[in-house]
Amino acid sequence: MTTQILAQTGRPAREEEEREPSRFLFSPWHLVLIPIAVVMLIPMAWMLVTSLETLNETRHFPPVLLPHTLAPGNYAAVLQQAPFARWFVNTMIVTVATVAGNLLFCSLAGYAFARIKFFGREVVFILLLATLMIPFQVVMIPTFIIVKDLGLINTLNALIVPNLANAFGVFLLRQFFRTLPVELEEAARIDGASRLSVLFKIVLPLSGPVLATLAVITFLWTWNDFLWPLITIYSPNNMTLQLGLTTFQGTHQTATNLLMAANVMSMLPVLLLFFLAQRWFIRGIATSGLKG
Amino acid sequence: MLRVRRILESDHVAGWAFAFPAVFLIFLFGLVPVAWSALLSFQQTNLISPPKWIGLANYRALAHDPLFAQSVEHSLVYTALFVPLSVVGGLLTAVALNRNIRGIRFYRLAVFVPVVLSTIATAIMFLWLLDPNFGLVNFLLSKVGLGPYGFFDSINGALYTIVGMTVWGWIGFDVIVYLAALQGIPRTLIEAAEIDGARSWSMFRNITVPLLGPATLFLVVWSSINALQLFDEVYFLTKGGPGTATYVVVYYLYSLAFSQGIAGYAAAIAYVLLVAILALTLIQLWIGRRLVYYAS
Repeated sequence: MTTQILAQTGRPAREEEEREPSRFLFSPWHLVLIPIAVVMLIPMAWMLVTSLETLNETRHFPPVLLPHTLAPGNYAAVLQQAPFARWFVNTMIVTVATVAGNLLFCSLAGYAFARIKFFGREVVFILLLATLMIPFQVVMIPTFIIVKDLGLINTLNALIVPNLANAFGVFLLRQFFRTLPVELEEAARIDGASRLSVLFKIVLPLSGPVLATLAVITFLWTWNDFLWPLITIYSPNNMTLQLGLTTFQGTHQTATNLLMAANVMSMLPVLLLFFLAQRWFIRGIATSGLKG
Repeated sequence: MLRVRRILESDHVAGWAFAFPAVFLIFLFGLVPVAWSALLSFQQTNLISPPKWIGLANYRALAHDPLFAQSVEHSLVYTALFVPLSVVGGLLTAVALNRNIRGIRFYRLAVFVPVVLSTIATAIMFLWLLDPNFGLVNFLLSKVGLGPYGFFDSINGALYTIVGMTVWGWIGFDVIVYLAALQGIPRTLIEAAEIDGARSWSMFRNITVPLLGPATLFLVVWSSINALQLFDEVYFLTKGGPGTATYVVVYYLYSLAFSQGIAGYAAAIAYVLLVAILALTLIQLWIGRRLVYYAS
């Protein structure tokens, strides 16, 4: 078996041929993939259709699959009836601040753990890794008390400050920085560059992919987070989208068309980012376990 | 003066200066609360009046709490269904998507997109899709003479409905991990098996599945950890209901700590959850060590 495997190596030409899509033959795999795609897309398509229907059409059985006239006014109605724009801006502020904080603090710490030998480095690093094993529910109650004592409850800072740095980010960047050639940094140090300028002028410019991965993961985590905002925010004006949507659902239970329009709008930024930065999303998901 | 400068320029100071902001934040909000939670679990406290030390009483009470027993049972049922369905479903879908045919990018996109949607956004979509009166699914079922079903309103069906919905939301994650692993399988191995006359099922069974072992182990561990932490969907869709049909551990913990103010007891539940997750992970890794074949 082993010799056979070895005998088959070194045939890149054939590999290239096989990578050509078979454009003219109908593959039987479509019969498997079309139903899968339908199941995955129907919930989203049905949401989109409903968001463009009138209220009467949503209360019709059998359901109206194609609205007679499109009602894009639903989207404007959402913006008028709920502090939706406010939630959107709040979520954007929290997400951008969290992403920026993580990029900065995790870069600094990741560089220290990768390159600088300082007192207690090993112990501190192991403790950081240990926090990754702890489910959020275990720290949730004391973290709530700390945030309350800091006077941050019911402010956007309650959502930002505890999440400005993340052990996963430190670990991810530290692992990447260690793969960079150290000679470049040493040469710059000998030329008199400070550690800070080595990090910002040499290391970070070489770290584009890993920084993009961290940014995208942090964006998604923060944008979609629900449990922590649920605990710390109670005024409608300070809510994020995920939290706002649940109160919107409570008060507009019967106006399904508006609820769906609100839902579509709440997804737009992550969808847009997904389409623009698909590569980093896939990489982030594959390296981290980004959902949840 | 020179000595002070030397200390300031030493690696110890520089290292700590770089690491401090992140380490401080992570310790304050991620490590200190672990010990604090342990203390809380030995106390009677509502987060407002001064706490009272009661030793192991919270843990003893847990052993005789019927709602906790139910929550544990529901969490375990959910995990036992969610993990195999999403992992096996993800594997089969990834194998179907791992080929170069026309439209493959579209198919992959359709499977990936739900991964970026939030739990709440997904729940809102399914609430409407599965609506007992006007929902699309009940309409389609009525065409073949079934239903209408209450789905999230059904005592017997609510938990299974949540399983189905979350598998829909997660499967793309498993597919992404499996596709990355599939693309790491050397083509020469597949070709050698073809020359040996292996049929596609036997090839899948004897070559693909074993080589995907590390990915499978990762997904089983990761999905189990997340399944035991199920909360958002239950909070939003069913509030643990109908009755107590969808009470799961984290929902019970949340309602105790933040609706009823019984924080010490809730902290004890959090610790039981922590131990359960660590134990399950260790068991899975231990079994995985025996079963999983690492190529390198």
